[in-house]
Amino acid sequence: MAWFKRKEKGIQTSTEQKKDTPKGLWYKSPTGKIVDSKELEKNFYVSPEDGYHVRIGSKEYFEILFDDNKFKELDANLTSKDPLKFEDTKKYPDRLKAAEKKTNLKDAVRCAVGKSKGKDLVIACMDFAFIGGSMGSVVGEKIARAADYALKKKLPFMIISKSGGARMMEAALSLMQLAKTSAKLGQLADAGLPYISLCTDPTTGGTTASFAMLGDINIAEPGALIGFAGPRVVRDTTGQELPEGFQTSEFLLEHGFLDFITHRKDLKNKVNKYIDLITNQPLRA
Amino acid sequence: MEYLEFELPIKELEEQLDKCQVIGEESDVDVTQTCKQIEKKLLATKKEIYKNLTPWQRVQLSRHPNRPYTLDYINAICGDSFLELHGDRSFKDDKAMIGGLGKIGDQTYLFIGQQKGYNTKTRQYRNFGMANPEGYRKALRLMKSAEKFGIPVVTLLDTPGAYPGLEAEERGQGEAIARNILEMTRLKVPIITIVIGEGASGGALGIGVGDKIMMLENTWYSVISPESCSSILWRSWEFKEQAAEALKLTAKDMKKVKIVDDIIKEPLGGAHTDRETTFKTVSKAIEDAYEEFKNLSPKDLVNKRIEKYSEMGVFKG
Repeated sequence: MAWFKRKEKGIQTSTEQKKDTPKGLWYKSPTGKIVDSKELEKNFYVSPEDGYHVRIGSKEYFEILFDDNKFKELDANLTSKDPLKFEDTKKYPDRLKAAEKKTNLKDAVRCAVGKSKGKDLVIACMDFAFIGGSMGSVVGEKIARAADYALKKKLPFMIISKSGGARMMEAALSLMQLAKTSAKLGQLADAGLPYISLCTDPTTGGTTASFAMLGDINIAEPGALIGFAGPRVVRDTTGQELPEGFQTSEFLLEHGFLDFITHRKDLKNKVNKYIDLITNQPLRA
Repeated sequence: MEYLEFELPIKELEEQLDKCQVIGEESDVDVTQTCKQIEKKLLATKKEIYKNLTPWQRVQLSRHPNRPYTLDYINAICGDSFLELHGDRSFKDDKAMIGGLGKIGDQTYLFIGQQKGYNTKTRQYRNFGMANPEGYRKALRLMKSAEKFGIPVVTLLDTPGAYPGLEAEERGQGEAIARNILEMTRLKVPIITIVIGEGASGGALGIGVGDKIMMLENTWYSVISPESCSSILWRSWEFKEQAAEALKLTAKDMKKVKIVDDIIKEPLGGAHTDRETTFKTVSKAIEDAYEEFKNLSPKDLVNKRIEKYSEMGVFKG
């Protein structure tokens, strides 16, 4: 009997024992393109083949926008309480704990100040990974305080939205964060400080009905979902088939609600170019 | 009169009372005693039922088909002095959002509010009180005009939400609401806001930022309707009672977390059972609120308002 003769029929290796590449080495974009993770990181987390902008969080955006990834985080230790003792299929504090454990984040926004192309910029960046980037009291307060910081230091302000909307577990308290954040933006406007709103995938609900649409410029990443009511709600309410590209960045640009769409690799340059132009400063190289 | 499910014991007693009175009129039998007894029992039953309303029952009352709507209030309060104004000056006139000028006593106010219909035809005409972006833009246009002439603003909230339609999205529903919220935080005239029915989410807040926020006793105000909350968090429409409970959406709960300043009492059984009294109470509440703010300078007024909203929210750290 030859030594290589198969003694048993079929493949006997159990699934667990099959050799596999370690997780996270490759990324597959929605169109099916496979990208090496290192390659993706170098390319600003945009799939080089189809231009798909992968959902990233505050860590990555700060890395992209702040020089040498140097920044000072503001109000890093604010965390949520459970003022309404909210309980659905899960208790709200349990949801918070689970989210914190999963994401290593304290809530759905991080705010920071740092140099971007050599000049100070205040950025509030939402994290979708934390309960869908939902806006509760902490998100509202952190954004308000970051705006206050910008006001005090006379700095431009930027919010990167990535959120499903208001946080249901804080009910009306989260609704009031729309007013709280908008009031601050009004004060920034009165002080003549530029505010840039970047809409990323997804920007819906309460964020769209407040700061995401209130920028001196509203800009977006390509292909992001941006809207007030989610597409499913619109379809269910109206019974209409939604046109292709409904509520994408390109759709909003066409309907006049965005100033421009920018590829992530150009984001830092374009934001700073706008700031230089609107504040009548020489353009930074 | 239409009755909600939990009001059926009242319906039964009222029918008994009617019958009793008819017997009294048509025969020689003396029914005064019996009638009195039924009346007494009716009042006790009403008190018992309305004192212990669950959040979901209040939601039902806020949507009661006989409940007065925005224009009912305005017409009763302002009478002939009311002048309705139309249009957003860029797209069209939204029938779900109404606005106009009217007097209470000697003072002119700008009234803004979502309007619902009272039968199938008018409900459609008013789009069930769900405004489109042009509705919010009409409201803002009128508020800006009131600001120019120093006229205080009264907003009456009664909406199941901003309209989630395809065209509404195309015309920027989110932007329209956001713009209103921002501009209302810094409008230089007093804004008095009263929830008279349903206060659903951004659609309500889009005309709901003010110096004095009040709710009628049997209304609700939250970030989402109990039905939608149930469908998202429980993945079923069946948990609306629990959702109503969890959302803490009643006037009392809202006052506890300091989002509303005052609760306006309704007649026993709800605003619709005694409209005249309801209108009078609301009119008085508007006048009292205006009294509080009319002497503040525009700067103090706006600062106070921004401070009020800056304090909303509960967190650690």
